[in-house]
Amino acid sequence: MEGWDPNTKSTLTQIPLLTTKAGPRDGAAWTQRLKEEYKALIAYTQMNKSNDNDWFRISADNPEGTRWTGKCWYVHNLLKYEFDLQFDIPVTYPATAPELELPELDGKTQKMYRGGKICLTVHFKPLWAKNCPRFGIAHALCLGLAPWLAAEIPILVDSGMVKHKDDAASSAES
Amino acid sequence: MEVELKEMLNDLESLKRSLTDPSHHAPIDQLQLRVERLTSLASSGPVRRSKVKDMSAEVVDSNPYSRLMALQRMGIVENYERIRDFSVAIVGVGGVGSVAAEMLTRCGIGRLLLYDYDKVELANMNRLFFRPEQSGMTKTDAAVQTLSDINPDVVLESYTLNITTVQGFDTFMSSLKDKSFRPNKEGSGVDLVLSCVDNYEARMAVNQACNELNQTWMESGVSEDAVSGHIQLLIPGETACFACAPPLVVASGVDERTLKREGVCAASLPTTMGVVAGLLVQNTLKYLLNFGNVSPYLGYNSLKDFFPTMEMKPNPQCSNFACLERQKEFLLVKPARDAALKAKMEAEASSSVTECPLHLDNEWEISVVDDSEPDRIEAKSADALPEGLVRELPNADEFQKSPTEAADATIDDLEDLRKQLEALNS
Repeated sequence: MEGWDPNTKSTLTQIPLLTTKAGPRDGAAWTQRLKEEYKALIAYTQMNKSNDNDWFRISADNPEGTRWTGKCWYVHNLLKYEFDLQFDIPVTYPATAPELELPELDGKTQKMYRGGKICLTVHFKPLWAKNCPRFGIAHALCLGLAPWLAAEIPILVDSGMVKHKDDAASSAES
Repeated sequence: MEVELKEMLNDLESLKRSLTDPSHHAPIDQLQLRVERLTSLASSGPVRRSKVKDMSAEVVDSNPYSRLMALQRMGIVENYERIRDFSVAIVGVGGVGSVAAEMLTRCGIGRLLLYDYDKVELANMNRLFFRPEQSGMTKTDAAVQTLSDINPDVVLESYTLNITTVQGFDTFMSSLKDKSFRPNKEGSGVDLVLSCVDNYEARMAVNQACNELNQTWMESGVSEDAVSGHIQLLIPGETACFACAPPLVVASGVDERTLKREGVCAASLPTTMGVVAGLLVQNTLKYLLNFGNVSPYLGYNSLKDFFPTMEMKPNPQCSNFACLERQKEFLLVKPARDAALKAKMEAEASSSVTECPLHLDNEWEISVVDDSEPDRIEAKSADALPEGLVRELPNADEFQKSPTEAADATIDDLEDLRKQLEALNS
């Protein structure tokens, strides 16, 4: 964990860790895991709000809690850029991490696999593997998606690949 | 087309007859010749070969199986035609999977099941099999198109799905269990699963399915830098499963600020992919048709042309529950299997030369010990440490049992938790 900035580090230590090692095919154990996922997400969202660092919305798309959708946003040069966020819980969860997708950015950056799956290989997968089963969705957002947005969005905006929605609207009118 | 050309010839003929001036005949003759050439070209166009009922060893140009059946005459394979009974599932129809599928198709395999969710792209053209005009098609459809032309005898099933999702995995499992091709087959509906995928998540999904179904499978891979690869045979309970020895993960202490622009584009070469596909299918044929030694692991380092082999025993502390179950089952059947193998070896040995000591004296009592025999005593007490040694960290099993934080009095109802998160989200 050396090399991560102190903010991320202190945030991370405050997200509750999970204990149940169960995937979506494990019946009652998965329900237990899902409860832990919710608790961690609730704690993380609350923490972000109280630190004035709210940056995502995520909720389960089906009652089984295997598909999640929502939004995430990043502020660059005082402008807010918002993107759809979605992912599936893989069958081998939590041995393998969820593959976070930003479908709107598909094809706009090299740091992405097909279908808008962001590249987590270097900065996040090793951490996930080492901390299985204690990390959950909240940790994936905090350590996987947040640093990816911080590294990628400024470049995408500066290179003109991503336009702010106001700019996009005005240029479409003209 | 041929009908059109014939009519054209007739028209030209009547035109020629209607012309009184013989000086016009020469160009019309030329035109007639050209149409005749076109007719012969059209009739030699693509022909689909018809299905063949029985594989024959007859050496004629029109027999697609003569060279394969010759393996029997050469004493390599006892009964080649058995290949038509076998079903092989190929997960991932990319650089390795598509070539492996073509090889098995040309070998006359009975049934192929193909799984992929991706589409053919022009960026795939540095590899074999797919053609530029197929870009945009799903890889499974494009593969079926080509393979059914090459050998219509093969039963092809294609599944365009992602096996790591819950739904995709269910379909994957039920397709492997389906025994309609050969109802009296033992176990699952396929003889072998070949994993030709390019990522850890999908390999873990194949591993999970095969451990649960007690299905033997082979894993294959090509490195990101395209200069090395490997194949591995996985027999649940008997050899290491894919989760038994997790890849060495080194958290390199990356800073998100350094996480810039390398891109995630992996390199690939048609050569390395072709070699690995060849090694994979060769091992598959040896396994199915029972000849030669089936390699438990074969690596390929193209820079040094180094081919390491090794064996991996299952990990008694594997994190995969189904793997542990298979290991228990294997320990039960192992003594009987070993005895049968030993009896067979002895029968073979006694029929050959009588053994005599290699050296007359053996002052230092040096002997060769077979180390391929799994040390069962060790396996049972893998946790036990020699006297005087203690573990610095609690082992993984104990961590599981550690008191789950004093049951927190907060809400513990899924619906309430969901509502609480929704409230925060709104």
